[in-house]
Amino acid sequence: MTALDKRLSVQEFAGRVASGMTVGIGGWGSRRKPMALVRALLLTGVTDLTVVSCGGPDVGLLAAAGRIRKLVAPFVTLDSVPLEPHFRTARETGTLAFEEWDESMFLWGLTAAAHRLPFMPVRGGLGSDIPRHNPRLRTVVSPYEDGEELLAAPALRMDVALVHVHRADVRGNGQSLGPDPYFDDLFTEAATETYLSCEQFVDRFAGPPQTLLVQRQNVTGVVHAPHGAHFTSCAPDYGRDEAFQRAYVRAARDPAAWREFTARFLAGGEDAYQRAVAELADADGTVPGAGHKDVTR
Amino acid sequence: MTATATGDRAAAPSATRAEVCVVACAEAWRGDGEVLAATAGTVPALGARLARLTFSPGLLLTDGEAMLPASPEDPDPGHIEGWLPYRKHLSLAARGKRHMMMGASQLDRYGNQNISCVGEWARPRRQLLGSRGAPSNTVNHPVSYWVPRHSARVFVERVDTVSGVGYDRAAEAGGSVARFHELRRVVTDLAVFDFATPDHRMRLVSVHPGVRVANVLERTGFTPAVPDHVPVTREPTGEELRLIREVLDPRGTREREVPG
Repeated sequence: MTALDKRLSVQEFAGRVASGMTVGIGGWGSRRKPMALVRALLLTGVTDLTVVSCGGPDVGLLAAAGRIRKLVAPFVTLDSVPLEPHFRTARETGTLAFEEWDESMFLWGLTAAAHRLPFMPVRGGLGSDIPRHNPRLRTVVSPYEDGEELLAAPALRMDVALVHVHRADVRGNGQSLGPDPYFDDLFTEAATETYLSCEQFVDRFAGPPQTLLVQRQNVTGVVHAPHGAHFTSCAPDYGRDEAFQRAYVRAARDPAAWREFTARFLAGGEDAYQRAVAELADADGTVPGAGHKDVTR
Repeated sequence: MTATATGDRAAAPSATRAEVCVVACAEAWRGDGEVLAATAGTVPALGARLARLTFSPGLLLTDGEAMLPASPEDPDPGHIEGWLPYRKHLSLAARGKRHMMMGASQLDRYGNQNISCVGEWARPRRQLLGSRGAPSNTVNHPVSYWVPRHSARVFVERVDTVSGVGYDRAAEAGGSVARFHELRRVVTDLAVFDFATPDHRMRLVSVHPGVRVANVLERTGFTPAVPDHVPVTREPTGEELRLIREVLDPRGTREREVPG
């Protein structure tokens, strides 16, 4: 028996997140999002969240359920479908506060938090309307001879980070086998606590050491969640389920269809979700996540 | 190695509008050395690959995710020359070794670009993507724009919110904003523009074959600088057409972005 075992059920994880927290979510757009963890939060009463994310359907689901008080993000997109429907509705009806960041500001804000620094200087954002819409942003002047004035991207600290990886061990080490680590390791380093979900537990990691993205010292709990990124991509284990994503977008168009979608897929927990997805795929003759290649951006 | 060096221009008159646009986009990267040609949209991506195959062989290309394809001709996605995940991509952009052709939901005469939202930012009429990397791209490295459907809804007097920084904003802010700011070209389905005027207002460089200057002005919500004589955008050479049709885009995806 190993002394250090951080395994949690997805329900146990959901109990660790409290209303009012700042929650960072890894992945990027509709790519390797910790969707099982997000779905689990929807089954709790947790609300009033500040969400920090390179947003995709994670933001969409939480916004549709009214759980987000404030969103900190450089974008929200479904990649192959450029505009996220629930995010659009939330913005257009004014139901969430939006702090819009530039992508490089976001990277350096995470980096600052991961290094316990108050900010990092960046050029990006200056001259655009990002600072005009965000009165908390400040500039800083280089103390060296160049004297350049730069934007001070504030540290993106968070109470909890949620990240989905391909492989993990029970101690909380995580391995990313995909083409891009996104900002996932930074999220785990910038948060007080990280909850990791994984496709598969392993006793022994295979593959190059550079794939060992997440370190256990930054991880509080690990959840086994096969297909836990569905319907976002989790290459090379599976691609984005484009058919399901289209169904999600269609359902988001009208409240009655969305209630039906919620009842069918989101009301019964993770196992029920995965069964409902499989049933849909059988009925459509499509295999979730098969043969996807994203070409956007 | 240039396409014109083959001396074959005979096939040119049969080029579609989409093919003219591919070449007009490719021209934006002429003279760029070993910089990353980043794109948003099908036609600019084909343009970057065409430029790499012909007159800008030093260009680095991306697959739209984290890989740098070794050759624009080789369809094997495993044949790569580099790895550029988002984090390294953003660092590269900050170093300036990138020339990106971005899209624009709105664009004004000074090249201010909006991809964030339409209407008042605080409560938009139509929420779009969000500003993504447009603010940092425009203050760090050369940027061009691609507008597949030229209209007065895109080319507006004033953008609703500034994602990508234009020349008036850069001049007003000076310093860090202006230091590496450079907008090169705007390519649309009708015409090509640049900013080569004393105060960097948008200037009509050429109209595509079959397009009249009046057509362009009718569908532009501000008055760009228009020289006395407006040339016609150059036609693809025979070799360029062969590369576009047989090598780069045999399935004809370009025609869906710019229907003939």
